[in-house]
Amino acid sequence: MAKLENPEVSPRLAKNLRRNILERCIEFGLLCSGIFAIFITLAIIYVLVSEAIPFFQHVSLYDFLTDTVWTPNYSIKHYGIMALVSGTLTTTFIALLVAVPLGTITAIYLSEFATHKVRETIKPVLELLVGVPTVVFGYFALMLVTPLLQKIYPDLTTFNMLGPGIVMGIMIVPYIASVAEDAMRAVPMAMREGAYAMGATRFQTAIKVITPAAISGIIAAYILAISRAVGETMIVAIAAGQQPNFTFNPVESAATITAYIVSVALGDLEHGGIGYQSIFAAGLTLLLMTLMFNIIGHAVRKKFAERY
Amino acid sequence: MVNDKKAEIENNLTRIRSLITKHKRHDHIFAGVGMFIIISLTITLLVLFLDLVFDGYPRFNLDFLTNFPSRRATAAGILSAWVGSALVLIVTFFAAVPLGIAAGVYLEEYAKKNWFSDLIEINVTNLAGVPSIIYGLLALGLFVYGFGLGQTILTAGLTLALLMLPIVIVATREAIRAIPIHIREAAYAVGATKWQVSLHHVIQYSYGGILTGVIIGMARAIGETAPVITIGALTFIAFLPPSPVGLEPPFINFEWLEAGFTVLPIQMFNWISRPQMAFHVNAAATGAIIILLTLLMNGLAIKIRYNIRKKIKW
Repeated sequence: MAKLENPEVSPRLAKNLRRNILERCIEFGLLCSGIFAIFITLAIIYVLVSEAIPFFQHVSLYDFLTDTVWTPNYSIKHYGIMALVSGTLTTTFIALLVAVPLGTITAIYLSEFATHKVRETIKPVLELLVGVPTVVFGYFALMLVTPLLQKIYPDLTTFNMLGPGIVMGIMIVPYIASVAEDAMRAVPMAMREGAYAMGATRFQTAIKVITPAAISGIIAAYILAISRAVGETMIVAIAAGQQPNFTFNPVESAATITAYIVSVALGDLEHGGIGYQSIFAAGLTLLLMTLMFNIIGHAVRKKFAERY
Repeated sequence: MVNDKKAEIENNLTRIRSLITKHKRHDHIFAGVGMFIIISLTITLLVLFLDLVFDGYPRFNLDFLTNFPSRRATAAGILSAWVGSALVLIVTFFAAVPLGIAAGVYLEEYAKKNWFSDLIEINVTNLAGVPSIIYGLLALGLFVYGFGLGQTILTAGLTLALLMLPIVIVATREAIRAIPIHIREAAYAVGATKWQVSLHHVIQYSYGGILTGVIIGMARAIGETAPVITIGALTFIAFLPPSPVGLEPPFINFEWLEAGFTVLPIQMFNWISRPQMAFHVNAAATGAIIILLTLLMNGLAIKIRYNIRKKIKW
């Protein structure tokens, strides 16, 4: 203590002390920002679960999962989430049917076939396509794609799952292409050179060497695509109709989980009412579905991942 | 006998040649298919945009920007929507950017490699994959009713900030990671503290990369519809929130934070949902404006990133 009071030393030490305390405070502040990410996750789970619990006190889990009619706003109320899940799965399936082949081929082309210049031009365009808001894609589905499909298939209703599914697929292509391309580009050059030295063509190298080597990243791209498609809201809310309908027939209109949440939120929400709680139960189902697809995806990834 | 052998070799050669030609043809076919897909995707984007522009063409005038929504489609405008979007984005910006950069700096510069940093990292990655409507539900339960903020500009801004946060964090980390260690070592060597190194050097030099992430995040926030609908944004608003800047002292007020609002994509959604074709024209015009804004912002971000890549040589 006596040393500290020494006029020659104390200002420096005091300054250092102040500086160190300030440093600690800043570090603590930064840490809090990092912890905030954990907080958001916990808050999502807390809000969904705490609002869904009163819902499940009212509706048994068995009915929720097995009933195929979803009519919370009618006088005879049914809460069969499958009526919404069927819509979500159907649109997702159509979207993947479009996006997976197109996205994978685009990725292979960009990574293995395109010249440097083509790649550097195409990648920004893909990124721009990722930036297009989904509400605009919804307009596209309702006003362009569905009328076009009606010319081929005249019985198609204005609201159907086919049109939005296809548009959603187009929307997802850049996601798959960009992530899968990154994975393929990360495959060491030596593997390509090895294949070429054996006399393989570009196509053979891409299909038989690069794709298996990058399969882990490619599957990651598919997982991302599924998450996008399952959680996509505006396209289906605009173009697939908002009437819950237990069907896997793409030419019929149906509501997805997300479209239901939107349609309820647009109306008058009575806080604490069963309608209010039902959107949280639906949201929880959506989150669990996304989680499930992710877990399956990771398991598949692990199984097929190649070490080199 | 000799002739037989010669014929066989000849035969084999022809077979091999045709096999090679076949495989090379596969190459060409695949390259053609790839190019075709990419070109058709680009054309699709172009057609979409042009279609919006043509459909919305009758509304491209100043009145459309300065009119409130109306029951008559031709007299309706997007004044309240674009003002709402702008104000919401201000809130989003001030909430997400400092927090995102701070979290990014923490993860890259401060965090020790342990289970806790891993946990934060996993959370950030997972948050980026959570469907946006889930954020809307979170905001509805937490901000609107939990904190009692109501269905206001503040709530919407914070909701979109949650969506934008992972984008800013990831962009910050990537930008910081590109800075070589010797820059930090030089700063430490002349006695800088950790925070001084971070603030004066690391953040400064990763500025471009962070800016790219911020712009992309803001572009996404402009077009994001589902979470804002979920918190209960109104679809028909014929008034403006109180002005954030006043002529009398203290010049800045925060009443606008508590105002009801609508945003561009919700206005567009509202117009699409109406059966009358005249409103679809309005929707198309709004869509064209949204798409133009997002394309401009994303284009700017890509340009900045490209410039950084070209310019910086450590």
